Amino acid sequence: MSEIAVKTKAQQTPQVTGAPKAVTALDDRLAAMSLPQGGFSAPARAEALSRLRVMGLPGPRDEYWRYTDPRLFNVPGPQPLPFDAKAPESPLFAQRDTLTLVFVDGAFDASSSDELALEGIEITTLAHADAAGDHWAAGLYGALEAAGQQPVKRPFAALNSAAAADGVLIRVTGTPSKPVHVLHRRAADAADAVWHHVIRLEEGAELTFLESGMVGARSNAVIEVDLAQGAKLHHITAKRAIDPKVGLSHLFARVAEGAVLKSFSLAVNGTHMRHEAVIDMAGDDAVAHVAAAVLGDGATGRFHHDDTVFITHGAERGESRQVFKKVLKNGATGVFQGKILVKQGAQKTDGYQISQALLLDEASQFLAKPELEIYADDVKCSHGSTTGAIDEHALFYLRSRGVPMDRAIVFLVLSFLADALEEVEDEGLRAEINERLEEWLTSHA
Amino acid sequence: MLKINDLHVKLEEEDKQILKGLTLEVPAGEVHAIMGPNGSGKSTLSYVLSGRDGYEVTGGDATLDGASLLEMEPEDRAAAGLFLAFQYPVEIPGVGNMTFLRTAVNAQRKARGEAELSSGDFLKIVRAKAAELQISPEMLKRPVNVGFSGGEKKRNEILQMAMLEPRMCILDETDSGLDVDAMRLVSDGVNALRSPDRSFLVITHYQRLLNHIQPDVVHIMSNGRIIKSGGPELALQVEENGYGDLLAEAG
Ligand SMILES: Nc1ncnc2c1ncn2[C@@H]1O[C@H](COP(=O)(O)OP(=O)(O)OP(=O)(O)O)[C@@H](O)[C@H]1O
Ligand SMILES: [Mg+2]
Repeated sequence: MSEIAVKTKAQQTPQVTGAPKAVTALDDRLAAMSLPQGGFSAPARAEALSRLRVMGLPGPRDEYWRYTDPRLFNVPGPQPLPFDAKAPESPLFAQRDTLTLVFVDGAFDASSSDELALEGIEITTLAHADAAGDHWAAGLYGALEAAGQQPVKRPFAALNSAAAADGVLIRVTGTPSKPVHVLHRRAADAADAVWHHVIRLEEGAELTFLESGMVGARSNAVIEVDLAQGAKLHHITAKRAIDPKVGLSHLFARVAEGAVLKSFSLAVNGTHMRHEAVIDMAGDDAVAHVAAAVLGDGATGRFHHDDTVFITHGAERGESRQVFKKVLKNGATGVFQGKILVKQGAQKTDGYQISQALLLDEASQFLAKPELEIYADDVKCSHGSTTGAIDEHALFYLRSRGVPMDRAIVFLVLSFLADALEEVEDEGLRAEINERLEEWLTSHA
Repeated sequence: MLKINDLHVKLEEEDKQILKGLTLEVPAGEVHAIMGPNGSGKSTLSYVLSGRDGYEVTGGDATLDGASLLEMEPEDRAAAGLFLAFQYPVEIPGVGNMTFLRTAVNAQRKARGEAELSSGDFLKIVRAKAAELQISPEMLKRPVNVGFSGGEKKRNEILQMAMLEPRMCILDETDSGLDVDAMRLVSDGVNALRSPDRSFLVITHYQRLLNHIQPDVVHIMSNGRIIKSGGPELALQVEENGYGDLLAEAG
C-alpha cells in the first residue's frame, strides 16, 4: 500500500495511526531521533507529534510533493557528509556588528556565542528555556506551524516541532541597535540538525534577523514569526556554498495590522532542498515580501531546490510580493510552487508573484506552479514565470568592450538576480550578499 | 589600419546574403564615413567586424593592423583595439556602470600585458571624462544604460570609447537621437580622440554630423557593397539629392 493511501485513511480516522507499513516508516524516522521531554514546550511537542502521526510522512505521489521527492527527508538518517574543516570560508555577516549565536549541528554553543543581552529584546535558546520551565513562547511554539497545516499538510514541520533540539526564542519590544545573527557550524559528519526558532515582535518593534554558515548533512528548520501591529522584521538567510546537503526549512509567519515582513534567502548549491514559506496576512495593511536568489550547480552530483510559498490574505489592503530567481546549470533542477489565496473580504489586496529561472545549459530545468485563488472582488493580483537562457545580445555587448566571456556571464547572472536582491532593504547587507555571489560565481564559473 | 577585402557575409540561420563583396580600407589617423539606405548592411558590417554571433563569413577577410579579425573572440578584438559604439546600446540591470567600465578597462589592460588601474586612478579618469560628456556622477552609479534616455545612452557609448582608448573606433549611428547640444558634445568627444594612430569609421544617415566630425573619405553603401567613395562633398550630395542618382550610376 502506498503512503498516500495510508494518509487518506489516517485523515478519515484521526485516532488511528494508519496501516502498518507507513507506521513503520514514520516510527523508524522518529526512533532515529531523540525527542526532547518536559519543559514549557512539552504540550506543544506532544500535539505536534499527534498531528504528525495523523498526517504520516509524504509520499512521492503526494500532490504537494510532485516536483520534489520526499524520500531523502523520509529516511531515518542522512548520508554522512564529510567536510573539510581546514578550509572554512568566512560566513556571510561574520564581520558585522551583530548579536551572534553560534549553533553547532543545530544546537546552541554558548561558549562561541555572544552574551545574550541586547536592549529592546528578550532572547534565549529553546533548550535553555525548556530546562528553565515557564516561558513566554509557550503560547507560540508550534502554534503558527499548527495553523499553517491548513489547507496543506506539512508533516516535516510538525516533525520539527516535536523533535527540535534547540533554537532561539526572541521577543522584541523596541528597536535593538544591531541584528541578531544565528551562525551555523558543522561538527559530526552525519548530523541531522533540527532547530526551531520563535520570533515575536511586539507592537511597533523592529528586528533584523540573519542566519548564515553551514549546517549538517541533513537539516530541518522551522521559524515561527509573529508580528504584532506595526512591527517590522527583516529576515535574511544565506546558506553556504559547496555544501552537498539535504535540507528543509519552513517559515511560518503571522502579520498583524500594518506590520511588515521582509524575508530573503540566498541558497548556493546543496543537493536536495526545500524551503517553505507560509504567511498569514492577518491584519489590514499588512506587508510581506519573500524573495530568494538561488544558484544551483548539478556538477557536484545533483542539485534540486524547491521554493514553496503559500500566502493567505485574510484582511484588507494587504501587500504581498514574491520574487524568486534561480540560476541553474549542469543538470540542476529548480522548483517553485507559489500560491496567493485571497479570502472573501480581503479587499484591495495587492499580490504580486514572479518566479524566473536562468538556465545556463540545456540539461537544467525549472518547474513552476504559480497559483492564484481569489474570493474577493476588488483585488490586484498578478503572477508570472519565465525560463530563459543568457541574453546573447547583452553577452556580446559586454564582450565587445573586452570583458572576457566568463566574466560577462557573471555580470549577466548578477543582473538576473538583481530584482531578488533588491528585496534586501539594507544597502550594506545587499552589497555584502552581492559581493559574495560575485566571488562564488567567479570561483565556480 | 582596418582593411576589409571582398567580404561576403550571410545570416547563419537563414539563406540570406547581406554583405556581398565589401571592400574598404581605413588608414591610420583617418576618419571615414559610411552612408547608405536603410537595410544596406551597415550595422551588419559593424557587428561582423566586432564578432557578434549569427553571421557566417562566406568569403573575404577583414584585418586590423594585419591581424585577421574574423577568427578572434569579441573580447580579443576589443583588446586588439577595436571598438563599436552600438546603434542600440544594451541595458544591463543590476550591473553598475562603473563596475562594468572598470572591468572592461582592466580586462583590456590585462590582455595587453599592462598593469591594471587602481580604483582611485580609475575613478579620477572616469569622472573627468564623464564631466566632459556631461554625464553626471549619478548616471555613472546607475546600472548600465538603465533608465538612460536615448541621447544619454549614446553619450555613455562615447564615454566607454574614451575610457577604452581603442585604435579603431566604429560608430554606428551615434548621432541619431541626439539633440543639437548633445551632438556637439559627442563630436567634441570624438574629435578629442583623433590622433595619427587612431582611426574612425562613422556610420551615419546625416551630413550634419560630418560638419562636426570632418571625414577624410565618405563611402556610399548599398545592398552589401560600397558603391562609391569620395570626399566630404559626397555626403552633401546625398543630403541634397538622396541616393537615387548614386544607385542608378552604380547600376
Ligand atoms: N538577424 C537578422 N535576421 C534577419 N534579417 C537580418 C538580421 N540581421 C540583419 N538582417 C537584415 O539584413 C539587412 C541589413 O541590416 P542592417 O541592420 O545591417 O542594415 P543597416 O544598413 O544598418 O540599416 P539602418 O540604416 O536601418 O540601420 C536588413 O535587410 C535586415 O533586415
Ligand atoms: Mg543600422
